[in-house]
Amino acid sequence: MANGKPVERPLSPHLTIYRPQLTSITSILTRITGNALIISAVLVVWWLLAAAVGPAYYNIANAVLTSWFGDIVMSLSVLGVWYHYLAGLRHLYFDAGHGLDVPTAEKLGWACLIGSVVLTVITLIIV
Amino acid sequence: MRYLTARKRAEGKGSAHHGAEHHWSMQVSAVGLALVVPAFLFIFGRALGSSHADVLATFQSPFVVIIVGLTLFIGLNHARKGATIMIEDYTQGTTRKGLIIFVTALTYLMTATALYALAKLAL
Repeated sequence: MANGKPVERPLSPHLTIYRPQLTSITSILTRITGNALIISAVLVVWWLLAAAVGPAYYNIANAVLTSWFGDIVMSLSVLGVWYHYLAGLRHLYFDAGHGLDVPTAEKLGWACLIGSVVLTVITLIIV
Repeated sequence: MRYLTARKRAEGKGSAHHGAEHHWSMQVSAVGLALVVPAFLFIFGRALGSSHADVLATFQSPFVVIIVGLTLFIGLNHARKGATIMIEDYTQGTTRKGLIIFVTALTYLMTATALYALAKLAL
C-alpha cells in the first residue's frame, strides 16, 4: 500500500457495471428527483415573479403552469417532492445508523416508492 | 519507504476531496425542508390557478410569505449543494468547474428573484 505511487481512482457510482437492486434504484431516484426539482423550482419562481410584476404577466405564467402540459409537469413535480422527501428521511435514518440490513432497507425502499404515490394522490386531491 | 498510514494516503482522494461539512449541511437543511415543504405544497397548490387578485390576497399573510420564503431559500441552497455533488461524481476538470459555477449562479439568481417577488407581493 505505502509504495508512494499515485492511485488512479475511479469516479462513482459505476452505473454501467452495477446490477440493479431496489436499494440502488431508490437511491439513484433520490438524486434524479432532487435534481429534476430544480426545473420545478424555476417554474415556481417564474410564477412568483410574474405575480409580483402584475396581472398581465401573471396570467401568462399562470396559464402556462395550469395548461395540460403544465398540469403534467406540476403533478410530476409533486411526485418528485414526495419521493425525495421520503427518501431523504430514509437517508437521515440510515445516517443515524439504523435500518441498514438488507430486508429493512428494501422495505424502506418500497415505503418510499408506494408512499410517494399515495402522498401525491392525497396532495392533488387537497389542492 | 514512506511511513504514511493507509488512511493518510486515502484522505482527500474521494471525487470531491472533502465532504463531512457538506454532508452535515445537507442533513440540517433536509430536516428544515421536511418541516416546511408540506405547508408550502398546500399554499402553492391552492394559489396556483387562482386569479391575480386572490394571489395578492394570499401573499398578504405573513405565514404564507415566510413559509414560501423558507422553502425556496433553504430548498435552493440544498439544491445547489446536491447538484454540486452530482456534478463532482460524474465530471472532472474544466467541465466540473463550469457546471458547478453554472449551478451556483442559477440557484442564487433564483433565490434572489424569489425573495424580490415575495417582498413585492407582501409589501
